[in-house]
Amino acid sequence: MWQSLFDELKDHGFTVLAVAMDQPEAARPWIEAAAPAYPCLIDRDHHLADLYNLVNVPTALWIDEQGRIVRPPETAGSTDGFRAMDRKTFAIPDAVIAERNRIKTLYFDAVRDWALRGPTSVHVLDEGRAAAKLNLPHATIAEAHARFRLGLHLLRQGQADEAQAQMAEAIRLHPESWAMWRQAAAKNERGLAAGPEFWARVDALGTRPYYAPVDIAAQPDSAAR
Amino acid sequence: MITVLHEQRETRWPDAAAHGDELWLDGHAIEQATGWTWKPEGLCRDDVCVPLPRAAEAELLRAGLLNLAALWRRRGQPVVHDAASRTWVLGTGAAQRSAALATLQAPDFALPDLDGRLHQLSSFRGRKVFLATWASW
Repeated sequence: MWQSLFDELKDHGFTVLAVAMDQPEAARPWIEAAAPAYPCLIDRDHHLADLYNLVNVPTALWIDEQGRIVRPPETAGSTDGFRAMDRKTFAIPDAVIAERNRIKTLYFDAVRDWALRGPTSVHVLDEGRAAAKLNLPHATIAEAHARFRLGLHLLRQGQADEAQAQMAEAIRLHPESWAMWRQAAAKNERGLAAGPEFWARVDALGTRPYYAPVDIAAQPDSAAR
Repeated sequence: MITVLHEQRETRWPDAAAHGDELWLDGHAIEQATGWTWKPEGLCRDDVCVPLPRAAEAELLRAGLLNLAALWRRRGQPVVHDAASRTWVLGTGAAQRSAALATLQAPDFALPDLDGRLHQLSSFRGRKVFLATWASW
């Protein structure tokens, strides 16, 4: 997904670090098919979600040369356009696709701008704005991560019932986490947790987003164009 | 055999004891399982020491063992376990996670690629890192 950005920017002190919050056997075919040149890590226990308080994928954050977060975790170029899909034909209206492409381009351009300009990029947030944009966890989220970790461990040990009970409790404690729900849910023949239960959960969002929109301004004068 | 999961650590302790909500470990096990060292002044890691509350010594201490689960809960950190398999998770509390994130220093981690080779975030210092998650599901 990020190969073109990586190819273009890797000689500008930039790298992509991709992390699959997934089981290795499920992630393997995707990685082998795309064969990216950047590191692709496997996070089978969703450790990153616990560490950075993440609830969905694709989520990205920008880390500068000193290891500082200059853009906290946010939706990485995706939109809620899929919610306009015809659920029988899977067709998405052209206007929705166009808007989806516009948002994705905007986000990729912002990453490119940061890679080329570093701290002078308009997309780099100063400490105050970055801190204000951080999503911090609360106690029930911390317990949800502990239970999810236990559930994934028990699943590997062959204790399917106990595993499901722990993961169900984790999901109850942390209903905003799509990562927990989809990892634990039954998958279709394409490996997707996209059955009626998924759509019911999406519909239950109402006006709330599945992918939180990102506040990135267009840059008509961008060096990236 | 008791299994202890903490952050990315997974350790097994044949001699540890667990009763109900209590998990009793000796100093060696505590250090291996959590990275914290049990010293006279408390549990220490790097420059930080968390003193053991004197008033709670009866609950926390027993013949060279520490009830780590009780101390963990006292610090507001989640402890969950599966009784049948004697597996314990010592989670990290929301306050600890939040404090780490609020520094804006990216919390470090090491994760394997498909070949099992570990990659550590901090080893990319000196480069801009676009850290992006994805999944097949």
